[in-house]
Amino acid sequence: MMYEGAVQDLIDELGRLPGVGPKSAQRIAFYLLASEQVDVERLASTLIRVKNDVKFCSICGNVSESEQCRICTDTRRDPTIICVVEEPKDVLAVERTREFRGRYHVLGGAISPIDGVGPDDLRIRELLVRLRDGVVTELILATDPNLEGEATATYLARMINPMGLTVTRLASGLPVGGDLEYADEVTLGRAFSGRRRVD
Amino acid sequence: MYVRHLTVSDFRSWRSADVALEPGPSVLVGANGQGKTNLVEALGYLATLSSHRVPTDAPLVRSGTERAVIGAAIVAAGRELRVEVEITPGRANRAKLNGSPVPRARDVLGALRLVLFAPEDLAIVRGDPSERRRFLDDLVVARSPRMAGVRADYDRVLKQRSALLKSAGAARRSGGNSDLRTLDVWDGHLAAHGAQLLSARLAALAALRPHAAAAYAQVAPASVELTLQYNTSLTAALPELPEAPVPDPTLLEAVLLSELARVRSAELERGVNLVGPHRDDLDLGLGQLAVRGYASHGESWSTALALRLGSYELLRSDYPDGAEPILILDDVFAELDVNRREQLALVASKAEQSVITAAVASDVPDQLQGARFDVHDGEVRRVR
Repeated sequence: MMYEGAVQDLIDELGRLPGVGPKSAQRIAFYLLASEQVDVERLASTLIRVKNDVKFCSICGNVSESEQCRICTDTRRDPTIICVVEEPKDVLAVERTREFRGRYHVLGGAISPIDGVGPDDLRIRELLVRLRDGVVTELILATDPNLEGEATATYLARMINPMGLTVTRLASGLPVGGDLEYADEVTLGRAFSGRRRVD
Repeated sequence: MYVRHLTVSDFRSWRSADVALEPGPSVLVGANGQGKTNLVEALGYLATLSSHRVPTDAPLVRSGTERAVIGAAIVAAGRELRVEVEITPGRANRAKLNGSPVPRARDVLGALRLVLFAPEDLAIVRGDPSERRRFLDDLVVARSPRMAGVRADYDRVLKQRSALLKSAGAARRSGGNSDLRTLDVWDGHLAAHGAQLLSARLAALAALRPHAAAAYAQVAPASVELTLQYNTSLTAALPELPEAPVPDPTLLEAVLLSELARVRSAELERGVNLVGPHRDDLDLGLGQLAVRGYASHGESWSTALALRLGSYELLRSDYPDGAEPILILDDVFAELDVNRREQLALVASKAEQSVITAAVASDVPDQLQGARFDVHDGEVRRVR
């Protein structure tokens, strides 16, 4: 059973969003239909604005309101360390830790031949340009711990190691506050191979 | 271990079914098309997260519904564990252990361990090499559930790498070489995952061999010996692949890498992954002759049966602590002669739990006269 005209169009559009199934799409559509006119207009104008106004930082590739993002222009941040991530949302994830005071580089994805994504489709050339002046001494590879993320990290490490920089990869292992017995074997195995000395 | 209780809803032909089981033999009797096999298929799915009959999940969901649910209460070494899997075609399965959701469905692998023998198993003997690889890999995962992750990762590497070989091959023919730079990275992944899978297969095969040969001698006493030989795509590098001791994964990884370097040109030309465990086969022989092509129908059946019974004995010896696997025999007695029936019945009668389906009760030998269920018209009724 299909609804008529605009309602069905809205359900179809919402259904194309990640993580929204047909039932959720229908629920959101009817919620919007019942909402105040101003609320819906605010949502609509925000959607337009996000597409028109949001730029990508010319240095790191993170989302930004201006030519360069706040992190790249912040002089208090350590210019010698760059953390390489796949997506802008990963920047936010690392920022929430408040552990990292260096700068970022957003690749815009990971190497995945199935999806037609190769090194030239990622912001790797821009990364090499940033490394050229010798200010950066350490590169932290924080791509996702899945096959594609590992492939991207390996590719970058092989290319950048000969340049004399310190290249590190985020550790993968046990979740904090977790129980050893509930860890899956792959995670536990990695935690073993990445173990370190306790002083 | 044994299954104390099986429930299914919207699975295959079943709107819902609720079956209480006991240790020992249970025979499900019903005419064709009443859904006996669907019930044992549900048990098989809980154990392996795949069906022994179809490669995709869509046919498992009752038509007109969106998802199927299978649940079982499993008793192992005196402790009860409840497992539930929800199948939604086109999406990742969801699973629960003792009522709590687990992060990934494959976390329930290993909770229920069983060996299922069905008419479809004739394909292991007569079908393509992929059938035998699947048989070996299923055995590998049954022995060590962690390997399900390695197997899935290896399949993903193959897909990524073949996509890359196709585009890189095309680029090379038109003069560029941009895609080639990442091929080394995927070679590394293929070798690392492939070596783990290969090593686990060789270990499983070495452990299975004596059990399978003994099972064959038992079901076909007057026959020659059943032999199992791993046939690898690495023959150029390793003409004699040693099985005892099983080669270390790091050694196999190095061999895979050098082989990948050797065949790279050919791979780019054809756009296909030419080296790795996905190209291997399991050679089955009776005496000097290959089973495939030479064996009679009866010998082929005996071989398939021996592989399953051997797997059963192997899994039983892997876990001696009261977690012995369940034996499921789906519609196979009708296919066997009197002698083979009796030998199979002998094994099944000793199992902690066996579940047997048959169209006619008289097909099932007398040793297996345990619990009897009639399956008819969407209902399972215990009659004895």
